Amino acid sequence: MGHATIEWVYVAVVIALLIYVGADAWNVERKLDETPPNAQLIKVTAQQWFWTFEHENGTQEIGQLHVVKGVPYRFEVTSRDVNHAFNIPDFSTLIDAVPGRINNVWTIFDQSGQYLIQCREYCGFSHYQMRAKLFVEEPSSNSTSATKPVDLTPSVGATALTG
Amino acid sequence: MVLEVKKPRPVWEILFSTHHTDIGLLYVYLALTAFIMGGALALVIRTELFLPGHQMGLVPDSTTFHRIFTVHGTNMLFLWLLPFASGIGNYLIPIMVRYKDMAWPKLNAVAFWMIPVGMALIWLGWSDTSWYGYPPYSTIRAPGPAAEMWIFGLKILGISSILGAINFVVTILRMKHPDLPLMKIPLFVWATLITSLMILVAMPTFAAALIMLYTDRLGVSGFFNPAMGGDPIAYQHLFWFTFHPEVYIFLIPAVGMVYEIVPKFSRKPIFSYQSGVTAFVLLAIVGFSSWAHHMYSTGMTFTEKTVFMVGTLAAVPASAMHVFNWMATMWGGRIRFRAPMAFAVGGIVLFFFAGAGGIVNTAMPLDFLTHDSYWVVGHFHLFVMGQITFSFVGFLLYFLPFITGRMYNERLAMVTFWFMFIGTSLIFLTQHVTGLYGQPRRTFDYVPVQPLIILNQISTVGAWITGTSAALLLANLFHSVARGKPANMDDPFGIGEKYYDYARREPHH
Repeated sequence: MGHATIEWVYVAVVIALLIYVGADAWNVERKLDETPPNAQLIKVTAQQWFWTFEHENGTQEIGQLHVVKGVPYRFEVTSRDVNHAFNIPDFSTLIDAVPGRINNVWTIFDQSGQYLIQCREYCGFSHYQMRAKLFVEEPSSNSTSATKPVDLTPSVGATALTG
Repeated sequence: MVLEVKKPRPVWEILFSTHHTDIGLLYVYLALTAFIMGGALALVIRTELFLPGHQMGLVPDSTTFHRIFTVHGTNMLFLWLLPFASGIGNYLIPIMVRYKDMAWPKLNAVAFWMIPVGMALIWLGWSDTSWYGYPPYSTIRAPGPAAEMWIFGLKILGISSILGAINFVVTILRMKHPDLPLMKIPLFVWATLITSLMILVAMPTFAAALIMLYTDRLGVSGFFNPAMGGDPIAYQHLFWFTFHPEVYIFLIPAVGMVYEIVPKFSRKPIFSYQSGVTAFVLLAIVGFSSWAHHMYSTGMTFTEKTVFMVGTLAAVPASAMHVFNWMATMWGGRIRFRAPMAFAVGGIVLFFFAGAGGIVNTAMPLDFLTHDSYWVVGHFHLFVMGQITFSFVGFLLYFLPFITGRMYNERLAMVTFWFMFIGTSLIFLTQHVTGLYGQPRRTFDYVPVQPLIILNQISTVGAWITGTSAALLLANLFHSVARGKPANMDDPFGIGEKYYDYARREPHH
């Protein structure tokens, strides 16, 4: 079986590569899975075809979300009717919004600007328009939001929403 | 060699025939029809997305667009990939295992004739649930008789494929010539056997899920309706338990076809028959361990995600073994790039990219970047269009002289190949990048920003090129079947190899 050796070597290399990918992914995901204890809570409710956000202090927003740069946020995501997916592409945040369930995801916004929140799970007629605006603001002493125009990071979402 | 022109048989004789070659060809005709029809829908989808916003006059509204991609997906998977593989299987399996027909010829005809019924339900239903029909949308929101027709259509197609699979398993295991040991049958027979066994394990789960979905729609049960105490995620588990293995069910016959083509045109025996069989069996077993990697974002726990990531990664070495086998067969072979070989090799190249992309999807943190985005669309289309369809088209051309005794136009076939290869790469490799920019899949419109517009336009141009190649292929097939050059049946491709060395016999009785 002369030609079997080379095949075993090849299979071993493939398996080693996969173990590397798997171990690395496991390691990263383990860190991402832990929500920081000081994270602020935002309740996200999806329904056909818009987003509702409720901050910890009771403030509610529809179709837009104001957050502060550098603060960890925990999102509790659920849905009123069909499956949706809460997605902020610029911060790789994604979790399904499933009726009857509350799913958790957390993120830190490390750049100020305007970004896009969208639905990534097919949810019917206006799925493609199920978007919201995300405003990431600089932490400032005067808490009146959006007094000066924040620096617009040239991201896909930002250019679309301002244009 | 002079072509013997046989008397054309009347149509009804073919339609009511239970002979395996007739049934096989009926499957192939139906599959090719579905390929063209589904491809036309794909062109509509891509043309609509050429520019952001609503292209007036093409698709009236977003619901129609959703109906189009639902029917496109259902059609391509269940009416193109499965029937084509069954068709070639029906034609060749009895010849390859040296039996006079399939084990149950009448059951075989029944299994075939259920498919047009399912096809009619799916095309006339024109449902908008998308091909996976996730509840609650498919139970409480999807309109009218469309979703019911989709459910019944899939139900019938499922039963048809179960009947077909039983027939294949019995034909291969029980009707095989006694002098032919299982480890000597061609790898294509192994592929069909493994596929059929997988269908028998996977399909009943989905059949149950469809019934639950239907009673949910009627409102008499609430399996998947949270308002009645059900869980929408339960459906996703049942669905992917069937349809993750299903991608291997689509893939394995294509792999078997490449095993027929590559050694012939490399003029070298297969590098390792045994590793091919092992890889089939491994793939069949491990294919069932990975279904929930489609569901990382539904709020799974870390442990669940880890288990399914390991299960998914475990399926990769088996696919890699096939690719290695093909490469090792070609290595040092005197390769002749006739069109079937070109399609097979092009398919292997795209298969490699699809597999590499698949590993990215599997890695948990990266999955959250790519899930439900155009990355996924690009990834699985590279499989179904790149690997599977390329192998199918290559095998169809390889097989044409055997069925018709006539030769296709080689030059036109090579042009077709390059159009299809370039087009497919343009569409789907680009879509990976589109996905990384955050464009969700199944959207009627996208955020009008420069990178997304350009990427979508490249994809659309690729789609038109691929559409052209499909038209060329069709023209070639029609022309060669009607008045192609008579083929030299000992060696139609001029590669100095015996063309078809399984017990040759007159296909018609």
